[in-house]
Amino acid sequence: MTILDTAGPRAVRHRTARRGGPPVALARHAVALARRSLIKTLRTPEALIDVTLQPIIFLMMFTYLFGGAISDGDRHSYLQFLLPGILGQSLAMGGIALGQNLNADIEKGVFDRFRSLPISRSAPLVGAVAADIVRYLTVCVVILVAGAAMGFRIGTNPVATVAAVALAIGFGLSFCWLSVLVGMLVRSPGAVQGAMFMVIFPLSFGSNVFVPTSTLPGWLQAFVHVNPMTPLVATMRGLLVGGPVAGHLLPTLLWMAGFLVVLVPLALRAYSRRA
Amino acid sequence: MSDLVVRAEGLRKRFGRTQALEGVDLAVRRGTVLGMLGPNGAGKTTTVRILATLLRPDAGSAQVADVDVLRHPDRVRRLIGLTGQYASVDEDLTGRQNLVLIGQLLDLPGRDARRRAEELLDWFGLSAAARRPAKTYSGGMRRRLDLAASLVGRPEVIFLDEPTTGLDPAKREEMWGVVRAQVADGSSVLLTTQYLEEADALADEIVVVDGGRVIAHDTPEGLKRRVGGQRLLVRPADPARLPEVLKVLDDVAAPGMSAVLDTATGSRPGAATVPVTGDAVLGPVVAALAGAGVEVTELGLHLPSLDEVFFTLTGAPAGGADYDTPTTAKELV
Repeated sequence: MTILDTAGPRAVRHRTARRGGPPVALARHAVALARRSLIKTLRTPEALIDVTLQPIIFLMMFTYLFGGAISDGDRHSYLQFLLPGILGQSLAMGGIALGQNLNADIEKGVFDRFRSLPISRSAPLVGAVAADIVRYLTVCVVILVAGAAMGFRIGTNPVATVAAVALAIGFGLSFCWLSVLVGMLVRSPGAVQGAMFMVIFPLSFGSNVFVPTSTLPGWLQAFVHVNPMTPLVATMRGLLVGGPVAGHLLPTLLWMAGFLVVLVPLALRAYSRRA
Repeated sequence: MSDLVVRAEGLRKRFGRTQALEGVDLAVRRGTVLGMLGPNGAGKTTTVRILATLLRPDAGSAQVADVDVLRHPDRVRRLIGLTGQYASVDEDLTGRQNLVLIGQLLDLPGRDARRRAEELLDWFGLSAAARRPAKTYSGGMRRRLDLAASLVGRPEVIFLDEPTTGLDPAKREEMWGVVRAQVADGSSVLLTTQYLEEADALADEIVVVDGGRVIAHDTPEGLKRRVGGQRLLVRPADPARLPEVLKVLDDVAAPGMSAVLDTATGSRPGAATVPVTGDAVLGPVVAALAGAGVEVTELGLHLPSLDEVFFTLTGAPAGGADYDTPTTAKELV
């Protein structure tokens, strides 16, 4: 046993704490914790199915199964209309795994260790959210590549495309705090998924994702107009296919800011009450 | 600097309808081990979680190295290392990644975090497994990694919450060696356990807790004097020979004691136990039993079980009848 015949762990004392105020420390800790989440993701690539295969299945199902009926046989036009919508839906769904993972971490006691360390209480959550950038970027790339293979053509320019991807990641990073909050409140990872589906299905189907709003009954249009998915998808269409952007971008950004202002404090509070 | 590196006074905590702590007082002397002995639901984990800043008590106060736990939790977190009841390492990360991550969160520069990780891996005999995900580790290896993770920051005070529950005896002895080395190195330890044997092996002082209260505070020697020290247990192959066994054991009983039928191991009746003063009695007992032609299936010295300790101290089984012991799935694992 090597334990007894080598020098003890206190033999070398080097407590070289780094400099920097609390925000710098939070950023540094969040990066270290984000790296942890990424290592976990890379070690279990099947955990990326919801941001790779699943969007492709939705894209193909709606284009080839329902697309002909919805667009009177013009599947290509429908794909041009559908793809930015599927992107919006997939971003919302892509956040579910985050809440599930955090819920599992807490159950396993991993977060007890983090909470006993002299780091900001929010660092573990901020780090986990930051690592989700990779998932939202994956969604964008997968959908654009799969769409291109199916015949989708970007109707704008590279700058607008990059802006669309940036907006997509930003939306994903703000909406996923709902998943974080749910993950702190419910008892099992499975319950996170159930609760999130209850929110995401009405948002993605009761919107302009799959059909133009004008084809819907009046009462449903009223819901579509207050649905955060609607301005997001409209902006995405403008940036990827062409058309007006400005009028949709502002409400999208306001929704994103709203998510952060409301959900982040609630999630942090739920986190510090949990465990 | 105070001689008491951990102090807790009047800690109370209620979860819903369960009063987990009813006013716990304890103190850990610098450079020593305090053993906290009690059954599931006694309040051991709750106490540790309060001292480790993970939980706020409803009432009471606590200091770690003279820093108030409630007022300055951040400063306390720089002084402590916590090893939980179930190994709380990240299973998807390798042993090395787990330790480097903790180093980074403790603000060690990258190079130092890596060096510290290697040092601990080596020290805990985990170097060969350093590149494997922790989920491939055995139970004993996980416990060691978990303990290593709590030592990355060279804490002054180490909280060990049932560090050997579920480990086989060999692995348990190995963990004991680690804990002793920590203390030799200058750390102070608060250790919770369900085994008197473990508290006896490691602790300088023992508090016995039950139902959220400290019901005894003594040295291991003092406690053993009160609960009767070592016992010799003999189980004859034929239960009909028990009267003869009792007679043999009576002859070696500690002063003022007599042999009785074993009641603690309720599932398998047919054994007799007797408090003894040491292992010198073993030879005569074996000879006497052989002389009488009594075959035995079990013969051994053991310290009183937790049940026997509680029976002696309180006259009631561990986890007394006046409250419900919440047992979570985790505790059953």
